[in-house]
Amino acid sequence: MTITEKILAKAAGLSSVKPGDNIWVNADILLTHDVCGPGTIGIFKREFGADAKVFDKEKIVIIPDHYIYTKDQKAHRNVDILRDFVKEQNLPCFYNPGTDSYCGVCHVAMPDLGHVRPGETIFGTDSHTCTHGALGAFSTGIGNTDAGFIMGAGKLLIKVPETIRFVLDGEMPDFLSAKDLILHMIGDIGVDGATYCAMEFTGSAIKSLSIDERCTICNMAVEAGAKNGIIAADEKAMEYVSGRTKKPFEALYSDDDCVVKAEYRYDVSKLEPVVAKPHLPDNKALVRECKDIKVDHVYIGSCTGGKLEDFYMAAKIMKGRKVAVRTLIVPATRHVEQGLFDTKIDGQSLRSIFEDAGVDPIAPPSCAACLGGPYDTFGRTHGEEVVVSTTNRNFVGRMGSKKSMIYLASPYTAAATSLTGYITDPRDI
Amino acid sequence: MSKESVIKGPVYVLEDNVDTDLLIPACYLNLVPTIPEEYRKLGSYALAGLPDGCIKFTSNSDGSTPYPIIIGGRNFGCGSSREHAPIALGAAGTKAVVAESYARIFFRNSVATGEIYPLESETRLCDCFKTGDLAELNIAKSTITRISDGKVFSLKPIGAVAPVIAAGGMFAYAREIGMIKS
Ligand code: SF4
Repeated sequence: MTITEKILAKAAGLSSVKPGDNIWVNADILLTHDVCGPGTIGIFKREFGADAKVFDKEKIVIIPDHYIYTKDQKAHRNVDILRDFVKEQNLPCFYNPGTDSYCGVCHVAMPDLGHVRPGETIFGTDSHTCTHGALGAFSTGIGNTDAGFIMGAGKLLIKVPETIRFVLDGEMPDFLSAKDLILHMIGDIGVDGATYCAMEFTGSAIKSLSIDERCTICNMAVEAGAKNGIIAADEKAMEYVSGRTKKPFEALYSDDDCVVKAEYRYDVSKLEPVVAKPHLPDNKALVRECKDIKVDHVYIGSCTGGKLEDFYMAAKIMKGRKVAVRTLIVPATRHVEQGLFDTKIDGQSLRSIFEDAGVDPIAPPSCAACLGGPYDTFGRTHGEEVVVSTTNRNFVGRMGSKKSMIYLASPYTAAATSLTGYITDPRDI
Repeated sequence: MSKESVIKGPVYVLEDNVDTDLLIPACYLNLVPTIPEEYRKLGSYALAGLPDGCIKFTSNSDGSTPYPIIIGGRNFGCGSSREHAPIALGAAGTKAVVAESYARIFFRNSVATGEIYPLESETRLCDCFKTGDLAELNIAKSTITRISDGKVFSLKPIGAVAPVIAAGGMFAYAREIGMIKS
């Protein structure tokens, strides 16, 4: 069996499963946030009764992150619905906006808070829940109804996916990042190339990547339509997890003779920086082919490109230089925000590198303009802006305005672009 | 889920990779689908992400849609897990989507909520219909007929999710098989 099949079999209490089987799987974690939590709670109460209790308090994680810094009254009302529910059910894993426990973007916070463990099953009311496969978990996005079901029943009926394996070997060239790797893969298989499938990433290049970078890869598996992305836990992952959780877990691994639907091989040493042009994540082009495109602003943030390592990459490019266009920096979490102070390149903090380069005042952690959001959202587009962004989606209207044009890029490419005002290959800086 | 097995009316035609930001833009995700008044409001914003200049989808005076059937191409509903997407369509008065293929979460949410039938066509129907064409969808027979010339197009059988759809959604199905208490 593949790692995905093994995790699902274990969570279903079965000795083996095969792709296509419809099985009831126990959830180790149910994640929700301010956009889908209130609806999930509504369904939970409607179906299980007004006095119902959640299946397991310890297994519900609620991380409001989408619409936090806005004047939108309904957004605040929605966080209040979460607060009331948490109080009523006495839930321990709630990260409350406006208090010290607030953390920011759920997918960056989850692994950091120790809620992600190898071999476990994670369901979340957010499509980018697939991020957590980076630590060897089965992790997938679901809707409110399925989440309401899990909230009461602790399990869900799901179909075992086929696995598509991506083997990435070779040494990472300078200024190539995980974002380039996943944009290459999505560009090659298309936005529906992995529909209903698991994307399993392996090879020496994957092993060489940090946990942040592995998260970037699994994060965008859904952009190829995948049910989950997964990277088996190696020593680096085990060390990361052990430092963050006390709960026991069992890492699982694909058998050598497991059956996969397809296999793609890459020699990363031959790959170049790429962007996804408007309006689909598979609309791949080499960065150097886009150098005539003038941009209005650069956005560095989100669960894909707002982690500490993303800012480290951007700062490497921006150090000692000045930005030529408006550059927006949104750390994904408060921990990342703190990391901008604490992490230094040649003695200078990332934050001070960005400030010296002339970026806009750094925004507080949240999803911000990654998904447009309420009209007063930080960085949201309102007109025909051309944006280079480290986020994950460039659909029409995704960052707010239906007329804006979004190019998805790595933090290196985004930073290089901010220095020139044109889409720029980071190797040319 | 509407239990009607024959759905007749004008179709609204979209193409490949219809994403969830088009189906319901993020600025409306502050609406909570389980609050009845906000459910209706979501319906009035269905397809609000269509580029300017497209035919309005929710053109009835009460904010609902005159189109009970949407026809799409490949990978319909790609993007976010927002259940607001099938809910907005259902709340607007759409009964079914007929597309060449679906993004997984949208398909799943359509079935789990019972808001709309997500049906798959055998052929690329978005090239055979234009918005406003009258059609008759027969769920039992897995066909859609173009009324103007009587041409019949076949659909794929519903498959593994048929029992969930027949029961009326995830909860009804789980009760039926005794997985949760009635
Ligand atoms: S940062 Fe963007 S993609 Fe990630 S959870 Fe927030 S809105 Fe979704």
